[in-house]
Amino acid sequence: MGAKQQYIDLYAENKDLIQQHSSDVMNKHREQAFADFNRMGFPTQKQEEYKYTNVDKLFEPDYGLNLNRIHIPVNPYEVFKCDVPNLSTSLYFVVNDSFYDKALPKAHLPEGVLLGSLRRLSTEYPELIGKYYGKLADTSKDSVTALNTFLAQDGFVLYVPKNVVVEKPIQLVNTLRADVNLMANRRILIILEEGASAHLLICDHAMDDMQFLSTQVVEVFVGENAQLDFYELEETHTKTVRFSNMYVDQARDSKTLFNGMTLQNGKTRNMTRIMLSGQGAEVNLCGMAIADKNEHVDNNTLIDHVASDCTSNELFKYVLDDQAVGAFAGKVLVRPGAQRTVSQETNKNLCATKQARMYAQPMLEIYADDVKCSHGSTVGQLDERALFYMQQRGIPLKEARMLLMFAFVNEVINTISLDALKERLHILVEKRFRGQLNQCDGCAICKR
Amino acid sequence: MLEIKDLYASVNGKEILKGINLTIRKGEVHAIMGPNGSGKSTLSAVLVGNPAYEVTKGTVTFEGKDLLALKPEDRSHLGIFLSFQYPVEIPGVSMVNFMRTALNEKLKYEGKEPLSASAFLRLMREKRAIVELDNKLANRAVNEGFSGGEKKRNEIFQMAMLEPKLSILDETDSGLDIDALRIVGEGVTKLKTPETSCIVITHYQRLLDYIKPDIVHVLYNGRIVKTAGPELVMELEKRGYDWIKDEVGE
Repeated sequence: MGAKQQYIDLYAENKDLIQQHSSDVMNKHREQAFADFNRMGFPTQKQEEYKYTNVDKLFEPDYGLNLNRIHIPVNPYEVFKCDVPNLSTSLYFVVNDSFYDKALPKAHLPEGVLLGSLRRLSTEYPELIGKYYGKLADTSKDSVTALNTFLAQDGFVLYVPKNVVVEKPIQLVNTLRADVNLMANRRILIILEEGASAHLLICDHAMDDMQFLSTQVVEVFVGENAQLDFYELEETHTKTVRFSNMYVDQARDSKTLFNGMTLQNGKTRNMTRIMLSGQGAEVNLCGMAIADKNEHVDNNTLIDHVASDCTSNELFKYVLDDQAVGAFAGKVLVRPGAQRTVSQETNKNLCATKQARMYAQPMLEIYADDVKCSHGSTVGQLDERALFYMQQRGIPLKEARMLLMFAFVNEVINTISLDALKERLHILVEKRFRGQLNQCDGCAICKR
Repeated sequence: MLEIKDLYASVNGKEILKGINLTIRKGEVHAIMGPNGSGKSTLSAVLVGNPAYEVTKGTVTFEGKDLLALKPEDRSHLGIFLSFQYPVEIPGVSMVNFMRTALNEKLKYEGKEPLSASAFLRLMREKRAIVELDNKLANRAVNEGFSGGEKKRNEIFQMAMLEPKLSILDETDSGLDIDALRIVGEGVTKLKTPETSCIVITHYQRLLDYIKPDIVHVLYNGRIVKTAGPELVMELEKRGYDWIKDEVGE
């Protein structure tokens, strides 16, 4: 039976409590999601999509949940200084799974933009949010999405109305904070109407040395001609389990950049489904993982070319050390009628030790005849000749290895359009490779 | 400065060097010539500690230190430089970053402070001029997309930056056109001081027209079979190696 039953029981026993501390828009989807989950249970590794991650095992431990929304005594604005210092952002927090709105900064957001707690905003604007919530995240197809849909009570929403440009990048920090092992289920909804534009950076942190399990479902609607840059950065710790399922729908001539970077984690599975449903849409989907010890990073992506004349570029790079396990399964699907599709998919991986394992699975399915598509994947080691060349010039082997690994992931970092973030990532990645990521000076959390 | 005694080395179990004896004093330029496959490049690789080569016998001392016991980077810090026959491309690592790391590591080894960014860039500019290396190349990734000639000029540029005591030029003249040969030849000559020594591995006279050797060795079948003055270069150019092979009796 595995982990399934405890979640069935949990919901059955706490249904009212969950609903009471959420919104009608969110509550409306629970029963269906619960029925779907009940029917499917957790996926086994025999299922293609979950081949590389043992979901059941990760959901098995007994985690606490904060269904009653007990206030967590923490002001993240005070303790959390470890963000991107030179990057001027509008900064917001989700603590575990609740949007933190006790001490909001004065944000100068353009008129009409809605930003904040999903629970609150979907209560205040049920029609608007209800039109989008749960429309992409199909609970009948994925158990984690179903589970999240019947358990999540809050999260973050960003709504940018037609032709509104949000110049200042928005930064959302998900912090996990608890004194017991905790499960957090959060929901993120991004809506960009026609011609709108925004930059969003989401960072995942774990503040306490507890076991955390987080599920996150992200739904992103990108309207005609809209532009979105979406960065996700995970810097948690080895006792953290993260499941993130992201669903994106892109309308005609929209343009997006998604860059998911796993710098430090425990077990992570990110699923990304991008539907290019409008003609001429473009997506740049990038990702990077640096993993060591027993860390596990699984990226499962689908770029679905529904409409014609769309472009997709996909680039994922992994650096695996120690006994780390990486998986990349990326499918590009070109549907009948999606003519003049241009698609490129690249996955490159470095295994620094013999024990590190990488599963690479680039996939291309084409049902149209006038397309330009390529896909490829490599798994290799650091170039011995380059290492020796650098040593001959006086660069110690350890440093030379770092320079090469750094150069390897740079390609992904360089896709970032915000210079301050790019610079910051260079520093973070360097620290990561030097094993100093948990020793940064600015962060109150790390000093403990 | 450098003393090689009865050096044997092999690669993949195959013995290449079979008893090399060679002494290089401060300020000297030695040319090492010899037919293909005689072990010239192996000798240079062993001196800089390439892990692909295994030393099976013999000793090498550099300024009194046991060179073979040192890591490649420490040999570099002591002042040994190899101009690679095939310089390696390192995508993603910029020349500036590469050179700055290398130089600062050397300074650290010597117990000195690292160079400031502006002092470093000034030094780059100054040294680049010696081999007429374009600024554009200096801003690119190490050797990536460089032509054969540019790669060799880049080697000499790095030599200028690091100011080694002993430079080993492994067929630095191969693949160079006449202009590049002049630039490289003149560059090395400019860098030569009475304090520094040089080993020039080559097949031809042409590089030696710029870098005048004091002593010329012929390496054959893993051993130095002939040592003479610079006049030997002319003789080899005229007569080839067969007469030496005959002298050796093979």
